[in-house]
Amino acid sequence: MSILTYILGWPLLAALLLVFVPRNYRVIIRAIAVLATLISAALAVKMFCQYAGAPVDADGYRFVQQIPWVESLGISYHVGVDGLNVGLILMGAIVAFAAALCSWEIQTREKEFYILLLVMTGGILGAFASLDLFFFYAFHEFALIPTFIMIGVWGRGERKNYATFQITLYLSLGALIALIGLIALYLKSGANTFDIPKLTEYIASHPLAANAQNFIFPLLLFGFGILVSLWPFHSWAPLGYGVAPAPTAMLHAGVLKKFGLYGLIRIALPLMPQAAQSWMHILAWLCLGNILYVGWVAMKQKDLNLLIGNSSVAHMGFIFLGIASLNIIGVTGAVLIMIAHGFLAALTFALSGYIYQKTGTLQISELGGLCRPLRFIGTALLMAAMAGCGLPGFANFVGEVTVFFGSWKVFPLVTTLAVWGALIIGAVYMTRAIRNILHGPVPEKFSNLADASNVWRKLPYALLLASLLLFGFLPKLLTEKINPDAKKIVSLANSTVEEQNVAAVSEIRNPQSAIPN
Amino acid sequence: MNSSLITLELCVIAIGIVLMLADFWMPPERKKFLAYAAIAALGGLLLVSLGGDGICSQFGTAFNGSFVEDPLALFFKRFFLVAAILVLFLSAEFSDRLAGVSEYYSLILFALAGMLFAASANDFAMLFVSIELITITFYVLVSFQRGRLVSLEAGVKYLILGALSSAFLVFGIALIWGTTGKFNFNDLAQVSGQFLDNKIFLLGLLFVLVGLGFKIAAFPFQIWAPDVYQGAPTPTTAFLAVGSKAAGFVLLLRVLFVAVPDVTKHWANLLIMISGITILYGNLCAIPQRNLKRLLGYSSIAHAGYLLLGVAALSASGNAALLYYLAGYLFTVVAAFTVIALVLRHLDNEDISALAGLNQRSPLLASTMTLAMMSLAGIPPLAGFFGKFLLLKSVIEAAQATGNHGYYCLAFTALAGVVISLYYYFRVVRAIYWSKDAPDLSPIPLSGAAKFSITICIAGMFWLGIFPDTVLNLANDAAKVLGI
Repeated sequence: MSILTYILGWPLLAALLLVFVPRNYRVIIRAIAVLATLISAALAVKMFCQYAGAPVDADGYRFVQQIPWVESLGISYHVGVDGLNVGLILMGAIVAFAAALCSWEIQTREKEFYILLLVMTGGILGAFASLDLFFFYAFHEFALIPTFIMIGVWGRGERKNYATFQITLYLSLGALIALIGLIALYLKSGANTFDIPKLTEYIASHPLAANAQNFIFPLLLFGFGILVSLWPFHSWAPLGYGVAPAPTAMLHAGVLKKFGLYGLIRIALPLMPQAAQSWMHILAWLCLGNILYVGWVAMKQKDLNLLIGNSSVAHMGFIFLGIASLNIIGVTGAVLIMIAHGFLAALTFALSGYIYQKTGTLQISELGGLCRPLRFIGTALLMAAMAGCGLPGFANFVGEVTVFFGSWKVFPLVTTLAVWGALIIGAVYMTRAIRNILHGPVPEKFSNLADASNVWRKLPYALLLASLLLFGFLPKLLTEKINPDAKKIVSLANSTVEEQNVAAVSEIRNPQSAIPN
Repeated sequence: MNSSLITLELCVIAIGIVLMLADFWMPPERKKFLAYAAIAALGGLLLVSLGGDGICSQFGTAFNGSFVEDPLALFFKRFFLVAAILVLFLSAEFSDRLAGVSEYYSLILFALAGMLFAASANDFAMLFVSIELITITFYVLVSFQRGRLVSLEAGVKYLILGALSSAFLVFGIALIWGTTGKFNFNDLAQVSGQFLDNKIFLLGLLFVLVGLGFKIAAFPFQIWAPDVYQGAPTPTTAFLAVGSKAAGFVLLLRVLFVAVPDVTKHWANLLIMISGITILYGNLCAIPQRNLKRLLGYSSIAHAGYLLLGVAALSASGNAALLYYLAGYLFTVVAAFTVIALVLRHLDNEDISALAGLNQRSPLLASTMTLAMMSLAGIPPLAGFFGKFLLLKSVIEAAQATGNHGYYCLAFTALAGVVISLYYYFRVVRAIYWSKDAPDLSPIPLSGAAKFSITICIAGMFWLGIFPDTVLNLANDAAKVLGI
């Protein structure tokens, strides 16, 4: 059994176990959830550390496990990691652990909440670990449904029902459009397999016809795009995150949302290179919608959660820009931001959840001077905001700079505009929020707020901050893993039908031999 | 002549008659045991039919080719036996609300016999007789609660519309026979190519489709479904939703793909439209419903639409997907109706709010209902997800194979339907776990038999969702019979 199966299996097993625990054993329920996510996070760290030394299979994946499932359709349970998803799985497992720790804010129906949280965690990790299109999709769907229920039931505020309705509609639609694209891809390829490595290899030697690519690629681009809140399909995100309970927002904004981006990089780019090349210009301009327009919207927000939600949508723009550049630096940067933003989004939503829990409001105008009563939380929020505007030292900076270096060669104009979004707009709304929330006079009613007191309360925030700083100072830990596989993807995505890609095929076989970009 | 092929049908009829006679000697308080006796007998038959080499693995035709035993018929016979067993469990739970309950049991068995014949029907006479056997039995089953006005009303509605559709069916058969002179499906297949331009023949065929469309509750013959589902006793509704619909589908498959494959090829667009509209109609109308049984009535219309996706694809994989989906639908729907019957035992209306607090009253029933709704909505890892996946796949396959853009529109319509359906299925789940005020929190007593049948349903939903291989292979074998 691969370590990956354990990483995604423990949360699911714990969810099953919780079904049989009586609902008034609150401490035990919480302990089981925290323990299961802790084990899974520890295993993910172990896997990350052992990555370099692990044996590589013929397709370039490590920690592989494959069990045939429906042989007549070519579906198998196939998990494995390469440079693209190893960091994502690590990030997902750590965020899940932090989310489980932060769930103390849930006071009603804890049993159901923890079950859903664990199911969601298992689904997310499964989706990122899967190397089979069917399981890739099914795990995602498996994680998505609990999200809706959690927002609908434990959400806060008056607009809860509307937000639940909207997020369910948008995300189900996006997922199903992507499903149609994936099925069409499977059928069109003629390889009769859902296995991603096999499919990639087969298509490298038998490219899809241009009209098939031009039909399927937009389905995947917009299906996944809706899931990632690509402008103009983003309006579900700020509102949805605004009302979601903190652990749900952490897991969704941090991890689950990256599913669409990962799908684009892993599936859409290498399998449909021609269509990818023709759509990338459009994607580059759409991502400006995320960076500039949504960034501008974020500046206008009066509610902290809506601000964070909008800023999280804006950050997706940088990832799209990295993908659109279709070169090694850009794609590497995109994966870096995916990981960095995962930690960051989880951290900010966790902090806003804490503030909401203590103050009962997230209206920026009602808050103020919180750094004095909430020393730890305030400091963490300040650091998170700095990471959000891309301060060097945090992982986000590394990712954003890499993306800009990559995209500059391809889209100089778009990059110029996007840099403004990163440097100015992000700084404006983040610093303004910091000033209004953390500095200034403390309102009378907030002067006695309790800070995160013990180690357990501080742990999730500290863990996420530490991860951000670790990868900010040592991005090499990630880039050396991402780079070879980004190279593979990029060389496949830049192949054209005329030069029948012998080079790409040999590239898959021997990941060590580099192709000059 | 090979009349040993109908052993299964004869046994079912015999059981039905024995039940009726046993009624004379059985004291009233022990009549519930008649149901268990029938279940045991049907369980025996099911085991025989599942057995590798027994009376059921003999394939062939009987009665001058009007009766055929093949993998498709066998697939559906097993399906109907499972359905009848689960419905009998449900009726046993329901027995205190039915006067003359042993007649009810034997009527279920007669309807079952009709379904078994339908699975094997290979000419229009057999088709008509089996459909009438099913429909007429259901007239009685629907209006069985004589004391309830809604039950009678449902019975009258079903009677009138059922008679109308039978009239269409007979008329259609007469027109087909008048133009071609053939009754037998295989004979008809050989000549149907010559009648492609014959308006009367095509009209006859359309009339037959009207009759079958009524059975499966496809648009525009779906009007009866919500009313009848709502008014009929719950076990009847469950049997209608599963057995009667499946019987309609097996006949539809036989007519379209065995009798007139040459005509069917040209009807792709018609089938696409019927399927798409049925999906949208069922899902959209289900949104405002508050009555649970009515909601499931509309949902069953929507599911008729999903199942028609497999027919519209006009391919072996489409038909296999249909069969697979039906299998999952069986466990899901019976589970839902069992919960409804048990929870609403003492309530007259079946409002969704009656489910409030169910998770405290009976965790087993609450999780069963949740799983059933999730499976209907198509969420992994339950049966509905893999079924919908197969259906969608077959439609996209057809789109790529034929280049007909209607198929893509159909796929997107189905997708819209799935998204809409999430809304009302989740409303049911919400009512179970998160209602504000639950008036009644008394625990719901469950008999061992009820627990057993619920467990079977849950196991079925998970089994089909997690280990689809076995049933999918059976469905593939069965679909091969249809020869496309």
